[in-house]
Amino acid sequence: MVYISKKGIVTGSIIAIISLLIACEKLMPKAPADDSILDGPVEGLTPEQSVQFLRGDVAFNDEVFTPETGLGPLFVATSCGTCHAGDGKGHPFTTLTRFGQTDSTGNKFLDAGGPQLQHRAIYNYQPEQIPAGATFSKFMPPANTGLGFLDAVTDADLLALADPQDLNGDGISGKPNWITIPDYLAIRANAAIQNGKYIGRFGKKAAAYDLLHQTVNAYNQDMGIASAYEPYDTYNHQEVDPEVSNQTVIDVVVYLKTLKAPIQRTPGNPDVQAGKKLFTQIGCAKCHIPEMKTGASSINALSNKTFAPYTDLLLHDMGTGLDDGYTEGTATTAEWRTPPLWGLGLSRNSQGGQYFLLHDGRAKSIEEAILLHGGEAHQSKDHFQQLSAADKARLIKFLESL
Amino acid sequence: MKRSLLITCCCLITSSLLAQIDPELLRRIPVKNDSLQMNMDAVYNRPFLQVGKLPVAIGGYAEANYQYLSENGVSEGHQFQMRRVTLFLSSSISRRIKFLTELEFEDGTKEINIEFASVDVEFAPLFNFRGGIVMNPIGSFNQNHDGPKWEFVDRPISATQLLPATWSNVGFGLYGKKFTTDWVYGYEVYLTNGFDDKIIANTENRTSLPASKENKERFEESFNGSPLLTGKFAVRHRKVGEVGLSYMGGVYNKFKEDGIVLDKKRRVDVVAVDFNSTLPVLKTFINGEWSWTFVDLPDNYTEQFGSKQRGGFIDIVQPIVRKRIFDWDNAVINIALRAEYADYNVGKFKQTGGNIYDHVAAIVPAISFRPTAQMVFRANYRHEWHRDLLGNPATRVAGFQIGISTYF
Repeated sequence: MVYISKKGIVTGSIIAIISLLIACEKLMPKAPADDSILDGPVEGLTPEQSVQFLRGDVAFNDEVFTPETGLGPLFVATSCGTCHAGDGKGHPFTTLTRFGQTDSTGNKFLDAGGPQLQHRAIYNYQPEQIPAGATFSKFMPPANTGLGFLDAVTDADLLALADPQDLNGDGISGKPNWITIPDYLAIRANAAIQNGKYIGRFGKKAAAYDLLHQTVNAYNQDMGIASAYEPYDTYNHQEVDPEVSNQTVIDVVVYLKTLKAPIQRTPGNPDVQAGKKLFTQIGCAKCHIPEMKTGASSINALSNKTFAPYTDLLLHDMGTGLDDGYTEGTATTAEWRTPPLWGLGLSRNSQGGQYFLLHDGRAKSIEEAILLHGGEAHQSKDHFQQLSAADKARLIKFLESL
Repeated sequence: MKRSLLITCCCLITSSLLAQIDPELLRRIPVKNDSLQMNMDAVYNRPFLQVGKLPVAIGGYAEANYQYLSENGVSEGHQFQMRRVTLFLSSSISRRIKFLTELEFEDGTKEINIEFASVDVEFAPLFNFRGGIVMNPIGSFNQNHDGPKWEFVDRPISATQLLPATWSNVGFGLYGKKFTTDWVYGYEVYLTNGFDDKIIANTENRTSLPASKENKERFEESFNGSPLLTGKFAVRHRKVGEVGLSYMGGVYNKFKEDGIVLDKKRRVDVVAVDFNSTLPVLKTFINGEWSWTFVDLPDNYTEQFGSKQRGGFIDIVQPIVRKRIFDWDNAVINIALRAEYADYNVGKFKQTGGNIYDHVAAIVPAISFRPTAQMVFRANYRHEWHRDLLGNPATRVAGFQIGISTYF
């Protein structure tokens, strides 16, 4: 036992308190660098938009549904955040399964629970199973970041990127997915229309028109939550009272719309710059468009901005290897929307430290994902295989910097 | 309910004030601090104040603190909190029959709970009856949770988020103790109301035994008519310390309603070990517990809800000064360290075979000043690491907590 005088105790306490105050900031966890995380709002939001962003953040990441608050009875996940940890890509644990549609004539298994499999159920209910004869495909949850920028690209710009007949003969024939949209959606200004159908731009097959469409479907199909927009229970297909308010749905839409775009890390690194050149040289940039611009948006911070998503939001035939036999809208079973590559290097931070890439997460590395490209991307894959090991490393370093 | 409790407590306090009792008549019942005391004695071994020869004694404790915590660089700022005020009231109904109740007001009056309200009837040292709202004796913290006894502002995560302290229910049971020269043996066993399906249907988004605490109806009726068995056996060597082994288990789901079978009976089972010891010479106090929780989940339920949980804590408290300080005889300054861990979901993903994470670890160095044994000033630095289900980079929470807790 140590014996200290009263004076010593008082002096020691004062010194300890002062030291503590000085050390205070050093002992606190530091905020992660902006370019190391995917969440956070775009710059330039108004105070009102910031408040709505925060409300949406809580609804998206913190609100967990239970049977008492409307979960299920069939569901895939209990909250939005379950599938999008840190607003990043999902994990095989939260993979969605869609089934029942093989061509553009529509889903033949809607009465059997299609198009989405709810493979989980609250207690005392049996979850869905894929009906006999139905083809299906697994969809990894996508990252949420920068969605507002993608949403604000004009239809005209997307159509300018499309080349459905491959008129330029480069082997790439991107095309929009023309979809029938629900009545509750507001049509974009200057929207393109073809046979009463509109251009879809979100989802693996580009089958969602906008972020409201995507959000309403996710509440209903992923969590079994009915809204005024989609008031049907996925278990008995009966109309029920809304289990989430319109305000919450809109807050979530605004949250998704105003999440910042991923920030590229080490863009000045010579290997990254060399990798970027190789990316263009071997033809990847024909679909993974490096630069796009937004049109006018109701959110000023998103209006007329140039951004780097590395996608064209169009459908491309990816070959038989990625043909799951299931489709949505006018996409064929082998056609997939070009996924944005921004944020690719941060994927592992939301996928438990490991990559799960491509539409169903089957690729465990970037290189494996490239090598699984086929169809329209066949030439680019061949060119990648012909690169030296050093150049392959540079290309992957560039992709990881996004 | 809240209102009537508040009125009752106000009446108790104001009536004692209005009565203007001569302080000479107030007699403080001393806390026993001998080697015969075990965790199971904690509920009665508290400083009570008795008025004259009235057969009623009152007591309680309060906890308040300041904290500044930051999560990944984002802080809610400076917070002053009144964590809880607890009132005890005990009464000797007759020889060998006594009653004790413990009312707890948490976070102001956000939560008001009757934590304990039972009649004890002593038949023999090894055969005593206890009935009413009893504290389920799982682990040691649940039995011995009074704030002034601890050097840390926060209760242990594993004890509150896994077990869940403080956990009490209506029921009946037996308890007893036996002494030999060096050894003390004690047991408690109760049948009470128990858990409900909130443990797998809650806003925590994980298996959570504490979620059942929200069901206030458990003091009125059992969720499924199936009793919860809680039992503990503990042994203390007078010079070495105490080891306890406890079990709690029962059916948590509504398997039958109106005679119709809805589901099979799904059990929750918990096993805990606890120990405490004071090392000779340095008088270092070591205290800890570890628990394992097993929950029978429906096959089609989400893996987000774990069928196994585990966790525990260890506290090491080292007195460094024990002397007269500021006119307090026998005041003590301690340094202390807590290490704690709670894994909410032990298992592997079916889809990948990879580990399911969802765990928290924390380390808490502390310094405390005890002017008397019944009061503590404590300063903690807390650092926590939270990993989500998938095992993504940990969220770090850290900060300072300075608090006071005292019996009164």
